[in-house]
Amino acid sequence: MPHDHHDHDHLSPSGHPYRADQDQGLTYWQVMEIAIRELMIEKGLVTAAEVQAQVDAMDARTPAQGAAVVARAWTDPAFRDRLLADGSAACAEMGFDVGPMKLIAVENTADTHNVVVCTLCSCYPRNLLGLPPDWYKSRAYRSRTVREPRKVLAEFGLTLPDDVTVRVHDSTADMRYLVVPARPAGTNGLDETALAALVTRDSMIGVGVAKAS
Amino acid sequence: MTEPFDGKRWHDMGGAVAHPLMGPMPGDDHDFAIWEKRVDALVILSGLKGAFTVDGLRRVLEDMGEEAFETMTYYERWVASLNQNLLEAGTYSVAELAERMDAVRARGTTYGAASDAGV
Repeated sequence: MPHDHHDHDHLSPSGHPYRADQDQGLTYWQVMEIAIRELMIEKGLVTAAEVQAQVDAMDARTPAQGAAVVARAWTDPAFRDRLLADGSAACAEMGFDVGPMKLIAVENTADTHNVVVCTLCSCYPRNLLGLPPDWYKSRAYRSRTVREPRKVLAEFGLTLPDDVTVRVHDSTADMRYLVVPARPAGTNGLDETALAALVTRDSMIGVGVAKAS
Repeated sequence: MTEPFDGKRWHDMGGAVAHPLMGPMPGDDHDFAIWEKRVDALVILSGLKGAFTVDGLRRVLEDMGEEAFETMTYYERWVASLNQNLLEAGTYSVAELAERMDAVRARGTTYGAASDAGV
């Protein structure tokens, strides 16, 4: 069952299992990556430092960035309004560059639940959430979420009442969605940092909700 | 293609819940290996440098077809698309790539050993 990770042994710093292909037999595609990278560097298209910087930036992007945006929206009504009006600009205020894509934030309320999919490929707000989970890129998620979203959400452990409207948002190459989950009850006394800790990756894709305090 | 075209190519998966290749929802996430992160970085940098665009990336991925989606991993497909786009852009030739891949293979039998060319 898809889930956010909890504490386990043998996890990487980003909280996921290592893929066991670093010290095994060299594959054709790995050979191609090395060859392309070297040729790109030799031809002057990129530098080795630029490649490393991109990898470092990728490692630095985690769902904590999206969670900080959500917590700000929960605590600052004016920011929440700006986020819903122009997600890219509001994230830039917080120092998160979402790139040239248009970011659209959609807010869960008492009567509406939003969930995000990319049926055509795997478009994902990676600058706010990091790289997408495997299930997000799967045939099952891409095909089923637009047809039977309640069933898919139930498989993630989220069963919604029939009177809650489910809105499914299909991403494109030019825009990305971020779900602003509903703020959990009983969190009035929490500050922004404590609130951000309640915001899971899955709640920002819409296959989960924020954790209870 | 023997059946009439329904207006959707293979990658347009929305709603195709009865697809014969439908599998379960994958449960476990994996962290990405360094070679996968480098493929991602090279694609992003290619875009930033103007070598090709996300549309070029997707065109090749989509033209690779359904079999590639089922048999190759995500970043295997990406590196194949990266290569095709750079060949088309004239960044290097097929002969240069083949020669370099031979040289890479000659360095060792693991990714770590083969990566170590001092570049």
